[in-house]
Parts: sequence; structure tokens; C-alpha cells
Amino acid sequence: MAGTDIIIHDEKDNVGVVVIEKITPKQDCDCWIMENDKSVKIQSIDEIPLGHKIAMTDLNEGDTILKYGHDIGKVVKSIKKGEHVHVHNVKTKKW
Amino acid sequence: MEIPKTFLGYKREDGRTGTRNHVIILPVDDISNACAEAVANNIKGTIALPHSYGRLQFGADLELHFRTMIGTGKNPNVAAVIVIGIEPKWTKRIVDAIATTGKPVEGFSIEGVGDIDTIARVSKKAQEFSIWASEKQREERPISDLWISVKCGESDTTSGLASNPTVGNLMDKLEPLGVHLCFGETSELTGAETVCEKRGKTPEAQEKFRKTWSSYNDFILKEATNDLSESQPTAGNIAGGLTTIEEKAFGNFQKIGGCKFIDVLEPAEEPTKGPGLYFMDTSSAAAECVTLQAAGGFNLHLFPTGQGNIIGNPIEPVVKLTANPLTAKTMSEHIDVDVSKILSREINLDEAGDELIKATIRVANGRLTCAEALGHREFVMTKLYRSA
Repeated sequence: MAGTDIIIHDEKDNVGVVVIEKITPKQDCDCWIMENDKSVKIQSIDEIPLGHKIAMTDLNEGDTILKYGHDIGKVVKSIKKGEHVHVHNVKTKKW
Repeated sequence: MEIPKTFLGYKREDGRTGTRNHVIILPVDDISNACAEAVANNIKGTIALPHSYGRLQFGADLELHFRTMIGTGKNPNVAAVIVIGIEPKWTKRIVDAIATTGKPVEGFSIEGVGDIDTIARVSKKAQEFSIWASEKQREERPISDLWISVKCGESDTTSGLASNPTVGNLMDKLEPLGVHLCFGETSELTGAETVCEKRGKTPEAQEKFRKTWSSYNDFILKEATNDLSESQPTAGNIAGGLTTIEEKAFGNFQKIGGCKFIDVLEPAEEPTKGPGLYFMDTSSAAAECVTLQAAGGFNLHLFPTGQGNIIGNPIEPVVKLTANPLTAKTMSEHIDVDVSKILSREINLDEAGDELIKATIRVANGRLTCAEALGHREFVMTKLYRSA
């Protein structure tokens, strides 16, 4: 099967990465879970550029972001499924 | 895909196998570079490895210098070695250590005779070594004689998405076949250090990793004026979509697939615990890291890149792969393997891993890498602190 809009590394991940130039609000996107080669769909809320992340589920303040199946930081402002996930709503747990 | 059981390599006196057959002219110190380069100009089939250090170093920094020099000479991709230093003592120390492999090695010192006479004497020996090495033939060697090191550079989101996982897929397939594997980049693992530590196969390996990373982190905390949040991830990383240092580190970490490391190596240290994955304490600067891994005895390097790092090494062939379609197009002369079709889902990771294995074996068999054809020979010593 060729073509995907979003890649998700691991089945456990709650974010995916945009791999087309950008996705626009209310776009129905195809997602590919790399680990098990499965497909899922999601509708976007925000415009999200290539290489940036989209929330695959609703996330509350204090929740952990999982990418590659691992903890990559904490939610500092609640995020809805389909919204852009980046420095404005997620911070490192390191410092 | 059925993975080939053998490749064509040069069997060395100590039982190791080279993917290349270099005769190197190794200067002990910066001031012997001119002599080494003159000899390499005179005698075809030899290469000089000029570098910037080797005088007034002391302690652990000097030991690392020796380990890098000696390891480079011992590497099985090297058929024979000429060592040139300003004075005989340090030169002899390097020659004697390389000679334990059984390969031809000879040392020369410049003090008391000068460059011109030295160049003449060394050229005669270098000619003899070059002609001798030219008769070496490749023969069928087990795939387990591959010692593969990895390090990524100029990473972007395509690295963590696809090119690093492709290397990880190769590791998962080659590790059970008894291949030696090595990853490094202590600094770039910050954020994934606790998960990485758990990838140690034994409590000893885990403890060693914890100590190595902590010692690096203590140094950062001592030298840094604030935490790393201003510089890691970089502004460029953030623009590309990387949000946290953890995310960047886990992208890097994809290169080892599901493998566990059996030991932690000092910079340029040769692994001694048999086949499997090793972690080497290295800088994340590309040329420094690959130089140290080559000195550890690794005979082929895999280098995933996003934006297009162009590094090569004089003795260890560096295979570059990218998943960034733009880089694959605009910098095609630097890219050996294009895995950008992963992003468009035209191939999956398993297929990309197979492609990389095929390319790796072709290079092991003698195919020139892009970096070799372009003449990239970055040989960069790691310096631990200033000289006396």
C-alpha cells in the first residue's frame, strides 16, 4: 500500500508525525503504524507541517507523551485529538 | 531475504578480516605530517593520515592519543603501516603495539636527520609495503567477520522516522549472525539515558554505562552556564518538529533496534567480549566519533543522515543513507542508500533493512562508498583536555 500522511512509530505512541508537506484543518489523514504495519485514520484540527506531531488521542495536563514507545515529555496544556503537539503544549521532564 | 553467509575480504595475520587493503603512513605528531604526506605523494597505493596533535599531551589524554594511533594501525582494513614521529621513543611504542597483529610495520624518526633524508628512507620501505600489499587477494570470509559501527549526523525528523530505524533493522538481523556492532554519541543519548542503561545485557554493562553517561553529564553541568534546554534540541531541531531532548535522543537511539549492548568501551578501545553490540564513549562530532570507532577495530561504518553530512574516514568505509527525499536528490553524490520511500510507504522497514544489508555487503566486498570516491578522509583525534 503506497502513501501515508502520518507515521506512528510504535503501537503505544499517542502522537504521530506528519510526513507530507503539511496537513490542513479537518483533513482526514491516513496513518501508518510502522511497528506492526497497520493503518489507522484521524481527522486533524490544526494545520501541521512536515516533521511535526499530531495528537492521536485527547491528552490532559500532566500526561506523558509517548513516541517510539518511550516517554519524550509531559503535557503542560491540554491537547485534543487531532491538534498540533509541540513546544507550546509539551515540555521536557529533564529540567 | 536470506542474508549472505559470507563476504569477500582480506584475511589478516591475526585472523581478523579487512574490507579494505590500505597501506598507511601514520604520523605520530602534528610536525611529522609533512613527511608523511610527502611519502604518500611519492609512493602510489599508500595514504597519509595527517592530524593535529601528539605533542606535550599527558595522562589520560596521551593514553587516548596512543590508543587511537595504535588502534588505527591494527585495524584489519590496514595491510601494512609506516609510523613517522619526530622522536624515536613514542614512535617505537606505537610500532611495537601494531606489530602484535603480525602485519608489516616499521617506524622512522625525523630528529637528527631531517625531513628530506627521512622521506627518502621511508619511501623505500613504503614502496616495498605497497607492492607487497597489492598482491593480497580477497577471499570468502564469514559474515561474522564484519565489525560494523554506526553514528548519525545532520539529523532531522526523517532520521528518527526512517533512516535510523533502518540501521536498527539491520542490527536486529545481523546481531544473531555473530557480527560485532558499535554505537556511541554519549552526549546525544541524554534524555534516553535511563532507557539506554536498561539495554545493557548484564548488570556490569548497565553500571558501566551509568558511570560513563554520568561522568559526561557532570562535565556538562560543570561547564554549562545554564541547563541544556536552550541548546538541546537546537532551534533547527524545533523548527523541524522535534519538541524535547528526550524525543531527539530516542530518534538517535533507533539505530540499535532491539539489540542489547554487552559492554561499554573507552574511546578507541577494542572490544574483547566477543560478537554483539558495544557502546563506545564518544563525542557526537562525526569525524571524531568515526575515527575512534575505526581505532576500536571496526571495519565498516553506517551513517544515517537527514540534512546531509558528508563525512568519510581514511580506513573505514562510511556508507551513508538518508530518508530525506530532498537530500537524496540535491546531495546524491554523497548518498549510498536512499530509503526515502519509507516516508511515502512504498517500502517498509523490513525491506529498507534488507536494502541496507545488500549495500553493506557490496561495500564490504570492495564497492567504493560515495565518500571514498570523493576523497573524504577525515581523521580527527579526540582531545580530552589541553596539552602541557
